[in-house]
Amino acid sequence: MTQEKPVFPYIPNSAPEVKKRMLKEVGANDIMDLYAEIPQQLRFPGQLDLPEPILDEYSLKRHLAGLLEKNKNCADYLNFLGAGCAEHFVPAVCDEINGRGEFLTAYVGESYADHGKWQALFEYCSLMGELLDMDVLSCPLYDGAQAAATSVRMAARINGRREIIIPRTMSPESRLVLRNYCQPELSLSEVGFDPKTGQLDLDELRKKVSARTAAVFIENPSYLGFLEGGAEEIGKLAKHHGAEFIVHTDPTCLGVIAPPVHYGANIACGDFQPLGMHMQAGGGQAGFIATVDDMKYVAEFKDLMFGITDTVQEGEYGFGEVLFDRTSYGSREKGKEYTGTTTGLWAITAAVYLSLMGPKGMEQTGRTILQMSQYAAKRLARIRGVQAAFDSPFFKEFVLNFDKTDKTVAQINEALLEKKIFGGKDLSKDFPELGQSSLYCVTETKTQEDIDTLVSVLEKVI
Amino acid sequence: MGRDQATLLRKFHQARWDEPIILELSVPGERGILVRKVEKGVRDEVEDGIASIPESLRRSVPPKLPEVNQVRVLRHFMHLSQETMGTDVTIDISQGTCTMKYSPKVQEHIATRHPGMAEIHPLQPDISLQGLLEIIYKLDCFLQAISGLDRFTFQPGGGAQGVYTGASIVRAYHAARGDVNRTEVITTMFSHPCDSAAPATAGYKIITLMPDDLGYPDMNALKAALSERTAAIFITNPEDTGIYNPRIAEYVKAAHDAGALCYYDQANANGMLGITRAKEAGFDLCHFNLHKTFSVPHQCMGGSVGAVGCRDELKKFLPVPRVGFDGKRYYLDYEANGSIGKVRSFFGNPQSLVKAYAWILHHGADGLREAAECAVLNNNYLEKKLKEVPGVSVRYSADKRKLEQIRYSWEKLYEDTGVGTEDVMRRMADYGLQHYWMSHHPWIVPQPFTLEPCESYSKDDLDEYVAVLRQISKEAYESPELVKNAPHNQVVHKVPEPSIDQPERIAVTWRQYLKKAAK
Amino acid sequence: MKKLGFLVNPVAGMGGRVGLKGSDGAEILRKARELGAVPQSSRRAVQALQVLSGIKDRIEVTTYPGEMGEDGARECGLLPDVIGAITKGATTAEDTVRAARQMADHGVDLILFAGGDGTARDIYKAIGQRIPALGIPAGVKIHSGVYAVTPRHAGDVAVRFLEGKLKAQDAEVMDIDEDAFRRGTVTAKLLGYLRTPEDRRFVQRVKSGSVRPALPGIAADVVGDMKPGWLYLVGPGTTTRAILDELGLKNTLLGVDVVLDRCLVASDVNESDLARLVADRPAIVVLSVIGGQGYLLGRGNQQLSPAVIRKVGKEQIVVVASKEKLVSLAGRPLLVDTGDEELDRMLSGYVKVTTGFREYCMYRVG
Repeated sequence: MTQEKPVFPYIPNSAPEVKKRMLKEVGANDIMDLYAEIPQQLRFPGQLDLPEPILDEYSLKRHLAGLLEKNKNCADYLNFLGAGCAEHFVPAVCDEINGRGEFLTAYVGESYADHGKWQALFEYCSLMGELLDMDVLSCPLYDGAQAAATSVRMAARINGRREIIIPRTMSPESRLVLRNYCQPELSLSEVGFDPKTGQLDLDELRKKVSARTAAVFIENPSYLGFLEGGAEEIGKLAKHHGAEFIVHTDPTCLGVIAPPVHYGANIACGDFQPLGMHMQAGGGQAGFIATVDDMKYVAEFKDLMFGITDTVQEGEYGFGEVLFDRTSYGSREKGKEYTGTTTGLWAITAAVYLSLMGPKGMEQTGRTILQMSQYAAKRLARIRGVQAAFDSPFFKEFVLNFDKTDKTVAQINEALLEKKIFGGKDLSKDFPELGQSSLYCVTETKTQEDIDTLVSVLEKVI
Repeated sequence: MGRDQATLLRKFHQARWDEPIILELSVPGERGILVRKVEKGVRDEVEDGIASIPESLRRSVPPKLPEVNQVRVLRHFMHLSQETMGTDVTIDISQGTCTMKYSPKVQEHIATRHPGMAEIHPLQPDISLQGLLEIIYKLDCFLQAISGLDRFTFQPGGGAQGVYTGASIVRAYHAARGDVNRTEVITTMFSHPCDSAAPATAGYKIITLMPDDLGYPDMNALKAALSERTAAIFITNPEDTGIYNPRIAEYVKAAHDAGALCYYDQANANGMLGITRAKEAGFDLCHFNLHKTFSVPHQCMGGSVGAVGCRDELKKFLPVPRVGFDGKRYYLDYEANGSIGKVRSFFGNPQSLVKAYAWILHHGADGLREAAECAVLNNNYLEKKLKEVPGVSVRYSADKRKLEQIRYSWEKLYEDTGVGTEDVMRRMADYGLQHYWMSHHPWIVPQPFTLEPCESYSKDDLDEYVAVLRQISKEAYESPELVKNAPHNQVVHKVPEPSIDQPERIAVTWRQYLKKAAK
Repeated sequence: MKKLGFLVNPVAGMGGRVGLKGSDGAEILRKARELGAVPQSSRRAVQALQVLSGIKDRIEVTTYPGEMGEDGARECGLLPDVIGAITKGATTAEDTVRAARQMADHGVDLILFAGGDGTARDIYKAIGQRIPALGIPAGVKIHSGVYAVTPRHAGDVAVRFLEGKLKAQDAEVMDIDEDAFRRGTVTAKLLGYLRTPEDRRFVQRVKSGSVRPALPGIAADVVGDMKPGWLYLVGPGTTTRAILDELGLKNTLLGVDVVLDRCLVASDVNESDLARLVADRPAIVVLSVIGGQGYLLGRGNQQLSPAVIRKVGKEQIVVVASKEKLVSLAGRPLLVDTGDEELDRMLSGYVKVTTGFREYCMYRVG
């Protein structure tokens, strides 16, 4: 008895009658006639080595749920991990909008049938522009690391120089991306930090910045959480030598912390995952680059830029693509980059988030984060053997040092895990000069009770 | 009510809300959402939290974000959503080369809403991510089977970044061999532009091959271009024209003989699943677009993954971390010996990996093959029907079978009526179809349009699509101005200058627009 | 109100239909008419002008009497301003020259003309770079780069130019020795440049990034690679000109200039100067792709003689052209016809054309 071939719900013409009719119409006896152009020796014999299919939807759903159940999640566990991906509150309306089928499945349609998409993306740029107090943004990038890498290459294209100055305290993830992306033309030069504050060593910077420097790149807040008190001074130093000043920042802080342009940066970049994206094991990351409205910068963006423009109807506006390469500002040829599909749906989500928050929401979120993280830092530093690594103001994340306990961070985190707590990221491999240190992230999602729980568990563990 | 039985045309009208920009909806004092206030105990300890921030770093003037109540915010974005023609609502054969197939809802709901995917942090200890790591590991095995290659990374955030990752691997490979002369990469005119732009970003000089008379990349040109300076060839097959190059293995051999690696951009893999593989053609590297072939939704140009695969010999160059399995547990390996480092934060887009995994698991080997065969059948059926529409032609290899997509031309329509492909593109939306994709630059095929039915559309869907193009062709011959001035029932009317190349016209944010309008 | 000059060479293209190449000269014309040739250019000119009737309320059309434009304009429903005088049925090249000059004096914004290489040559003689001109193809093979691809296309481009959407760029005008051409040899010489509306098709670019204008990139690439101590013999053409512009050097429009270590050592050299220069030093020849037929080297390049080319060597030939230019050749190979058959054979094969900064295209020659 021959096994009947299944008809697939997602493949309408797998229904045998229809398929037969269509084959007849195209003048083929067998489906393989249509593959006439693929020579025999290139045809794969037999069947692909894949497991038995799960054909019915119920079983598939069960299988998937079963797998995902094996993950421990941050709804069940108390999470203090940050380091580039942060647990923030996601408003319901954000999920509602990015779950809409139209937004979910649109791609590169032109600005008539997809007018809504283009308007939403334009609003993302506009709202981020207000948050950053800058006039120009492109469509989003893959993540903050790519935003840093592209910002740096933009600077090199602008002034034709090859050396990039970066802080020692930079995110190791971003650094690895940057290092690969800068090859082969650009070189990275690292400046150390003041061991007391963590902040950039200004003396070392003064020695290293020169007429060969394309850009001075800093993170503010740093990957390690502290704020760069000398940011304005750093910007002045860069400008004095004709280098660009690039600041990677966290958009969540910009309700209470000054945006980079206010202390001299013409290029701001960062990751906007915190603006309405669930963590998704890093799948919510999304990058932005913003600049002041000067063609020198505008002409260097590598990603799509869409602007408001007129239609043939008076009073109407549509969207058009900016082709600055055709202007005489079409820039230096060296170091051009590629573009592609990135994180459009997250940009729309961020537009929703910022619309909901408004100025007061951003300010209050920033304040709550400041308060909760300071509260946590204070209480934790009081635990015997635990010290705050840096004496600096910080936002959302801070480094704790455990050298004075008799445990490694790895051991501490293992013990915390047993109590259903994800302890801060272990920094001992990436930053050996910080000893047994850990990066703790405390957002508006943590309550006083959560912190008190962490403290009491840690006290027992140490 | 209902589609016209004879013509298959709908009396479609797009939703049009005349929706202002969100910043125009601001009402002072309105709140969209309230934020959690800290407990008294916290306040007692740290007060307002601001005191510790140096003055120079405090935000002095609040950002000028709009103040909008939640109801209005929701309604605003719902309007914009209705004004977007996603694949869920249209017969999206239009976006050729994008493989706009159905993104199944069952996997969508789980991957986006299950807390075991939505609420997990990438830096959690391995032991707490066993479900995710198992999915990633198994997806790797699936793609190894599908391509014949030995190991995959899912870190790249899209096809173009996949090609960039491939170029980084090529660079590392030759550097490890101590060969500093490999400065050139060869690609073809009909490959995706990222096949030249991404290797160029990685520092390579790019040599492009023109198509020969049949539309294949010119073999003699390849032989002339190959040298001891060639690092790799980056090509697609079939190319955007839909024609499979039967001599592909010869191309690969020629490149290998010159000491170059071969990268297979498999963005157009959909018609070949289970039928031919990268391995048998001899490729060293390849990538798949999970948001094309493997059903991950296109998310307004987001959620993408470029899954890059390679032979054993090149494994050590793959980015970190990699997922391993020791027989009992899955683990993340951050050991970087020889690795190019990273192209992206963490491991890429894990939620998209869950969707691709689900799709492959649901179909199995037979289902993948069925999808490929139906995609190709649909494409051939569409070609036959479209060639009967006045004004349509196929430039290259018109007598040969194509795989899953085809580049057509309205050349004849243009010469006869003056209506060109951009006009037809705008008019289609008036009948409820997404604007079709034309071609990458430069336009070798004149007045081009590129369609890709893939397997998700029924015979009836294809018939309706043809009916619309036939109707527009008729309109072009009878009343060309109607098509030239399209669209007529969309959210906005025709944008006469869709390309903005004068600085004074550039307005990419509302604030920039207002500043320029004031002048 | 924009003014369009409309000019038809009624005898252009007559030879082609009956197997004669070109139609210059009264003798050829007579032969063609005997063979039953019918004027083609008028019909094509009307095809192009029809497109402009869509904007007839916004333009004024100036033209010459009868078959040199007036007939065509009226057929399209336009009310033209007719200037000048002709002898019907016996129009000549002089009429074309006079007409173009008078239209320019009349203040037209664009001359839209129908003809072949001969016509382009005449227009150029008349107006040089004074005002833009665009050709409607009506001749046999056209070498000049001032023609649109088809008559309808010419009409479209003219409309967009008059609407201010397109800019005018230099395009090559070729002087073809018709007799030699009839004997099967290409002795094309670059005569000069007309300013022609540049049609850059706007294409969807959403997935793949913007398109850069080619010239700055090409120039940057060639200049960036310049070897110290080597001579650079820069041939005529719009693309090679960009290289000299990049270096800030004066450029001879139609001649060969010589650059050494980024300085100009000789301008508009003749063959013997070149032969002397390359005798002592290694040299690289930089060639544009000239005209609509993909012309690289021909007997018209007297300075870049076979002797000079042989001395320099095939490996030292750099060809520069935009991708769009190569695509416009529609698969036809680049042409070499130096007069030395063996050299021509040596040069044929494939050449790596520089199409942008660090961007090249493998293209067939010969």
